[in-house]
Amino acid sequence: MAKKINKVISGKRGDSVRSDCYFEIELKSSGGIKLDIKSKVQSMYGESIKEMILDMSKFFGLKDAKILCEDSGALPFVMAARFELAIKRLFPDNKKEYLLPFNKKNLYSTKKDQLRRSRLYLPGNEPKFFVNAGLHSPDGIILDLEDSVAPTEKDAAQLLVRNALRSVDFYNAERMVRINQLPKGLDDLKYIIPHNVNLILVPKCESAEQIQQLEKEVEKLKKQHKVQNPIYFMPIIESALGVIKAFEIASASTNNCALAIGLEDYTADIGTQRTNEGRESIFARQMLINAAKAAGIQAIDTVFSDVSDMEALRQSVLEAKSLGFEGKGCIHPRQIQVVHEAFAPTSEEIEKAKKIVDAFNEAEKKGLGVVSLGSKMIDPPVVKRAQRILSLIKGN
Amino acid sequence: MKLIKNAAGRLVPTEVNGLQQIPFKGVNKYKPTGLKAKPKIKTCIDYPTDGNKVVKDLKTALKKAGLKDGMTISTHHHLRNGDAVTNMLFDVVKEMGIKNIRWFPSASFPVHSHLIKYLEDGTIHHIEGSMNGPLGKFTTEGKMKGIGVLRSHGGRYQSIQDGEVHIDIAVIAAPTADPFGNSTGDRGKSACGLIGFALGDSEYADKVIVVTDNLVPFPCVPWQIQGNNVDYVVEVETLGDPAKIVSGTTEVTKSPDRLLIAEYVAQFLDEAGIMKNGFSFQAGAGGTTLAFAVYLKEKMKKKNVKARFIRGGSTKYLVQMLEEGLTDYILDGQTFDLEGVRSMRENAGHVNTSPFTSYNFHGKGNFASIVDAAVLGATEVDVNFNANVVTHSDGYLLHGIGGWQNCLYSKCTILAIPTFRDRIPVIVDEVTTLCGPGELIDVIATERGLCINPKRKDLLKVMKNSSIPIIDIKELKKGIDIICGGAPAKPKVNKEKVVAIIKWVDGTVLDSVFQVEK
Repeated sequence: MAKKINKVISGKRGDSVRSDCYFEIELKSSGGIKLDIKSKVQSMYGESIKEMILDMSKFFGLKDAKILCEDSGALPFVMAARFELAIKRLFPDNKKEYLLPFNKKNLYSTKKDQLRRSRLYLPGNEPKFFVNAGLHSPDGIILDLEDSVAPTEKDAAQLLVRNALRSVDFYNAERMVRINQLPKGLDDLKYIIPHNVNLILVPKCESAEQIQQLEKEVEKLKKQHKVQNPIYFMPIIESALGVIKAFEIASASTNNCALAIGLEDYTADIGTQRTNEGRESIFARQMLINAAKAAGIQAIDTVFSDVSDMEALRQSVLEAKSLGFEGKGCIHPRQIQVVHEAFAPTSEEIEKAKKIVDAFNEAEKKGLGVVSLGSKMIDPPVVKRAQRILSLIKGN
Repeated sequence: MKLIKNAAGRLVPTEVNGLQQIPFKGVNKYKPTGLKAKPKIKTCIDYPTDGNKVVKDLKTALKKAGLKDGMTISTHHHLRNGDAVTNMLFDVVKEMGIKNIRWFPSASFPVHSHLIKYLEDGTIHHIEGSMNGPLGKFTTEGKMKGIGVLRSHGGRYQSIQDGEVHIDIAVIAAPTADPFGNSTGDRGKSACGLIGFALGDSEYADKVIVVTDNLVPFPCVPWQIQGNNVDYVVEVETLGDPAKIVSGTTEVTKSPDRLLIAEYVAQFLDEAGIMKNGFSFQAGAGGTTLAFAVYLKEKMKKKNVKARFIRGGSTKYLVQMLEEGLTDYILDGQTFDLEGVRSMRENAGHVNTSPFTSYNFHGKGNFASIVDAAVLGATEVDVNFNANVVTHSDGYLLHGIGGWQNCLYSKCTILAIPTFRDRIPVIVDEVTTLCGPGELIDVIATERGLCINPKRKDLLKVMKNSSIPIIDIKELKKGIDIICGGAPAKPKVNKEKVVAIIKWVDGTVLDSVFQVEK
């Protein structure tokens, strides 16, 4: 049996910390709960913080302990996650979950082929970015459990992301989580599946088996928690092997809605540097687009990491669009609008799409099997693309 | 202490530091009559015929000026957090054994926490100006002997002009001066731009001392302060820390939420039809308002719109607009960065103003009401659009009023604020301290959208189909309370103990700040 832990810490403190809090809990043999709260919002929320901590202590069966709380303006969902983390670090076998009520605005589901032009990455253990992310209108918000979270804080991020999925209004953005690389990422699922996640990003994906394994685990949890909403997968290809297996991965599950590429790791894997021109990754990107389209799902480009250069971002998106990508990763909210504008169809594209769709509707009305525009015959994929373009304008 | 309810429903004292007070009667409801204050008659033959008013040091100047217990000394905040003169001044006052000074600064900064020991030992009786940072904490905890009085920049001028405050000695820190006392702030190693805040003091104070670290031969031209109003000139080694006097360069905010607010404000000005040829606006030097100016500039360029004038707080962003021909003039109230200082020196379209030109309640008209739109900040706004700019939601004084109250008179006043800061709601049921009556505040711009004052039916109509969310302020407040985990508790204060009062622009008492219970 492991040595019994008597004292733990959780969360963050210090002058630069905002919207987070820090707990120190020391178990005692008697004396009840001794609570010491130092909060930046003491006069406004001191009482409610105290109530919440006492309620959580009771919930987890904590009877005799010295609790220090240093609060830098943590919202209730953050404070609850940090406190629960301390409890879990004290009692790893305690399986109880302190769940705040679901924000009713968070119960929506998404569609397999919906717009995924922009997806905003948020570090999963940095709560200060969560609350207002949706105001910048990204198509998707990713709470990241993988690379942006320190290995020692994975447990912290799991609880924080779970609470965020329940409490934080995403303002209709698709609710995404990037789990850890499989198989470790399977352990993340119980923190997200019951809490209405819409889409799971699967990093460093290299085989169809990984996706099948994920699907099995997701189905099990969905059943267990009676989850009705669909949960889509977006495998991220980040290695030479992954690129070669792209089609097999893309078609591994009907829950796959898109294939994304991660170029930082890919360029490292093939032993080169990432450049702005991107010649080193052209094969990988085209391979991925082709695999995704062959499997009937979306192709999504990597993130653009220079947050200060909006013009370069615009050019990068235009290039991605010309290759066949339908989305781009964002690491700063200011990138979102630029990405949407660059993905928006041009006026010529819209004009042409309108003519095609009109011709299609006309043909359908007349019961014609063949759609034609002028002297040209229009094939079904062209009609579909035209419909897509028109739906994009609505999205804008 | 006797407290009565004023027209805004706030409890205010009828007497402060031994002086009778008039409670706030409503916006534009109070007009004092009679004669303005007048300075004593001076005669040039009492001054050196060679024009050399330089004395050995500050102590000599204060002695010659007849410094006595209980006098009023004024200083000005154009050296901002780099100011060494005010601290030096009170070191001398203390050394002279003088007590119970009324300190009348145009604003205070954290650097002035040096003066706390003089507030404790009775050298300074109380502050009339602003009580920021550590001085705010000291005041709010009830440690100051007298009661603090907070005024706007315009209100400061009003109080000098109608005799509410008589200045015995004005000490003016001048980045460049000549021995006659002509002074300017636009050059010298401690250049700060404008020293217009000291203009009223130079005209009305009994004695005026100019302190400079760049003494040039007569004449110092162009002058911002006239030597004709100056009694003594003191040369010192340094006025302070140039890096803190003026920023090398001001930068727009990087916060995505604040950029979103700034973008909404610019979009609003465009969609509401305010941004049109010949229009005018005021923008401060806060990160959000700077960003607003940047977004507005893009829109003006795109639509080929030119402003007639911009009121600043000048910064490099406004200077760029002037130099690119997007405005005819900058009317500068204070200069925030080196580009602003340079432009003021070099560009005839960059005009010096003072609180008299811009905000004066006893003037024959008011510049502030001519401005088409003013974009300001606030610490709290309530559901009736009343706003607070001096205290934190925990009851502590933390900012001065500055020109904020005066700017509320613009044709469209926009408060650009986040809905909450960390866990502190900015939209509340009732402001902790009332500084601006809601009837003067037209739009609250937040990262969640705009709240338009219901009395501005015209704006509500024109913005009906905007892509910016237009939100009822009460609904917005409800949503914020949900995010923050309930409405915030009010600070525990001692309602018997007023530590400071907030003056309205007309000199009446708008609200009180009470001692916070620890």
